[in-house]
Amino acid sequence: MLTKRIIPCLDIKDGRTVKGINFENIRDAGDPVELAMLYSLQGADELVFLDITATVEKRKTMVELVKRIAFHINIPFTVGGGISSVDDVAVLLQHGADKIAVNTAAFKDRALIRELGNAFGSQCVVLAIDTKKEADGEWYVYLNGGRTRTGTKATDWAKQAVDEGAGEILLTSMNNDGTKNGFALDITATLSGALPVPVIASGGAGTLLHFKEVFQTANADAALAAGVFHFMEIEIPRLKQYLSQQKIPVRS
Amino acid sequence: MKIAVIKYNSGNVQSVKYALQRIGVTAEVTDDAATIQMSDKVIFPGVGHAGPAMSYLKEKGLDKIIVSLKQPVLGICLGMQLMCSHSAEGDTACLGIFDSEIKLFGSSAFKVPQVGWNNIYDYRSVLFDGLHEGDFVYTVNSYYAALSAYTVAKTDYIFPRSAIWLFWRTLQQLSIWSSILEEV
Repeated sequence: MLTKRIIPCLDIKDGRTVKGINFENIRDAGDPVELAMLYSLQGADELVFLDITATVEKRKTMVELVKRIAFHINIPFTVGGGISSVDDVAVLLQHGADKIAVNTAAFKDRALIRELGNAFGSQCVVLAIDTKKEADGEWYVYLNGGRTRTGTKATDWAKQAVDEGAGEILLTSMNNDGTKNGFALDITATLSGALPVPVIASGGAGTLLHFKEVFQTANADAALAAGVFHFMEIEIPRLKQYLSQQKIPVRS
Repeated sequence: MKIAVIKYNSGNVQSVKYALQRIGVTAEVTDDAATIQMSDKVIFPGVGHAGPAMSYLKEKGLDKIIVSLKQPVLGICLGMQLMCSHSAEGDTACLGIFDSEIKLFGSSAFKVPQVGWNNIYDYRSVLFDGLHEGDFVYTVNSYYAALSAYTVAKTDYIFPRSAIWLFWRTLQQLSIWSSILEEV
């Protein structure tokens, strides 16, 4: 039986793991290679690496870090941050990434997802969406690490991206990010129900119950978290034991 | 022992190379026909799109080489799929080592691609020595290959009796390990 995935996320800034609240107030959370090795050993199902300050100059450093992490882990490894071309992806795959995540560049260049899918297969292309619920109750897409608002609804963009060939959606709620008040169950459930591809829920994990809710109530295929794992508030083996007791299929 | 990992510019070859390094094996990632032919074992890795992958193999003349190899060859994911006769991904003619078609999962009730860890069971090969019935493997696939006489393990997705099969057999002295799936 296909199991639900627990995915620790390394947000990387200047070579260090960092963690913010609502995409702001960023603080240091440790050495990315050490954390990656720990999570792999603890039974994480995948690892996501997002370079949150990706620029052309820093790309080389990032590729080296991707290589070091990939060498030390034996779980699938998704890399995102500043990816805007087929060449960017080819370099990352050559350095040990298994999948890549695109965000802003895919929104601005509507041909990018299709180009990447044609070159590497849809299964390699994860579309990351940062979304915020606004006063009108709708979820809107934000770009550039949450700094730029668009007038596009998250559901519309996700559907379009899947039509273009995105193989998976990584959905981060900016309202919930870093709050530890639980995942955004409404938009996760909406997207999971509307899309034919897997949805990874991200933002807001604080307790074991939050993971149960996002799988059982919102039907997420995977749950991604950062802070609760980095600061050892939740340990992956304990989380999986709990989910298993709650009749949620997980890899033991 | 010399191991060649076939380079076709779309596989996550580095991931395979690192896995080998962790168990103390050095492998060469190469698209050079002579190097591949002279290696003791060959790995044909995954991640990619069938169309561009086949074009690249043809451009390098590797389509002819791979089918003629006599040493053990391990096909992973797309590597395995390319060993079959045809893929629905880009309506691509493949290497034809196995008389099997690669099809797109068709289901409105299940997510496609299948992404995550799934069980494999019903082992019928020494390849699985040391594994337990029901152990987990990671799968990322939108396409599957038809069940065949070569299958040696299975897993379920979408249809209750569907199964992915891994297979290992000698075909023209070519040993191949692969994953394959079909509705039964």
